Amino acid sequence: MKSLTNRSKLVVNKQMTFMERIYLPVIAKGMLVTLKHFFRKSVTIRYPEVKRLFAAAYRGLHVLKKDENGAERCTACGLCALSCPAEAITMTAAERQPGEEHLYKEEKYASMYEINMLRCIFCGLCEEACPKEAIFLTNEELAPSVYDRKDLIFGKDKLVEKEHNPNGKVRGGGPLTERLYHG
Amino acid sequence: MTIDIIFKLILIASIFGLSLVTAMYSTLAERKFAGFFQDRLGPDRAGPYGLFQPLADGLKLLTKEEIIPESANTFLFLAGPSLAMLTACMTSAVIPWGTYIEVDGHKLPLQVADINVGILFVFGVVSLGVYGVMIGGWASNNKFSLLGAIRGASQNISYEISMGLSIIALVMITGSLSMREITDQQSGFHGMNWYVIKQPLGFLIFLICSFAETNRTPFDLPECETELVGGYHTEYSSMKLGFYLFAEYINMFISSAVMATLYFGGYNFPFMHDLGLSQNVVAMLGVGALFIKILLFIFFFMWVRWTVPRFRYDQLMRLGWQVLIPLAILNIIITGGVVLFFQ
Repeated sequence: MKSLTNRSKLVVNKQMTFMERIYLPVIAKGMLVTLKHFFRKSVTIRYPEVKRLFAAAYRGLHVLKKDENGAERCTACGLCALSCPAEAITMTAAERQPGEEHLYKEEKYASMYEINMLRCIFCGLCEEACPKEAIFLTNEELAPSVYDRKDLIFGKDKLVEKEHNPNGKVRGGGPLTERLYHG
Repeated sequence: MTIDIIFKLILIASIFGLSLVTAMYSTLAERKFAGFFQDRLGPDRAGPYGLFQPLADGLKLLTKEEIIPESANTFLFLAGPSLAMLTACMTSAVIPWGTYIEVDGHKLPLQVADINVGILFVFGVVSLGVYGVMIGGWASNNKFSLLGAIRGASQNISYEISMGLSIIALVMITGSLSMREITDQQSGFHGMNWYVIKQPLGFLIFLICSFAETNRTPFDLPECETELVGGYHTEYSSMKLGFYLFAEYINMFISSAVMATLYFGGYNFPFMHDLGLSQNVVAMLGVGALFIKILLFIFFFMWVRWTVPRFRYDQLMRLGWQVLIPLAILNIIITGGVVLFFQ
């Protein structure tokens, strides 16, 4: 019969040679191998102090972006909520008042914008649906663990970036939680 | 006279403390080295470099719930770990930790008891050590514990024979059973006249047997987790389990000390009499040298543990009875021939 993987090996019940039967040479060989590993650099990343960078395309926690003047880009069109397969996004639209031009980019804005992080599946469809390039999934952090489920409904206070950053994968003004990055 | 007694008491206390501290930090070293051998870090959270880890472990064991199974024989169940701990601590009495120090013209040897049958004493106590395992395993009234205890007993008895035979060859050269005299005989050739040079085969057999006697990998069949849950200490919890685990590390420390003393010159170190130092300094350096040798042996024990897989039970028995005993007898014959030839 033709082998499927080409990796099958014929089992041979061969007797051990004398050198193998006295164990000591092979044990010495094995101990050399472990000794080499003893002096090798450890691969451990000391987690809470040191964290790994995520991949460039990673879909982490969401951010609501601002434009170069520091005004929110979101116009509360609701396309993100519509595209969301997990129905995690909800928002309330409001009209921009005169004198608020530095806060909101267009005449309509989201007065309330919530993402339920317990429902979100981090698929990134909201990012694809957004016509205003207002919502992105960063590659720098995950939704944090909390003691209360209510704390995982993120409002605008947590989602909107503090200052404008042209890079969609990072949050302007630093991530939510301060952390050290290490390659 | 009083200075002798006071010194003896101090010596006993410090040896007891030292062997406990060494055993304590062996547990940390074991986990650290396991990490290093596997490209990990090992425990590093408790204190700097994880140095307080043994304290945390001890505290944890002390404060854990103590469970004695209903069907267990309570007296023997308690006697098991106590006996294991007692026998583990007893051997250190006859090991010469250093030459002697001089205080006010008094010669104070750094050894608790220089008995003229030191090696026999070590063997007697080591043989008693198996009772801790046996009684604990039997009193638990648990199949796994009993199997572990039986394995421990048969393994210790089998390997004690070849251990004794390898020592007989050594005694044929030394002509003495006193540990101090054997150590002093190795001080020739600038403190490098070690018996491992004259008895390489005997040392190898002794080394393998001491792995079996201390129940260390590759001969850790009495407590192999994959087959017997926890072996003889399956039913033990809290500090009684701690005693068993601790006794193993003390045993390792003591057998390292015995090996260093019998085969690697004990407190002798190269050029010890050529440096022109005072007796007290030489004695202290000798203690340091002995401890370095012991620590190297402990490292070797751990190195083997994280390299070699466990032997199968029939392999263990075949190695003991069909390989080591004939080899040890051969070693005796060769040694006897050589001794006769040089007479």
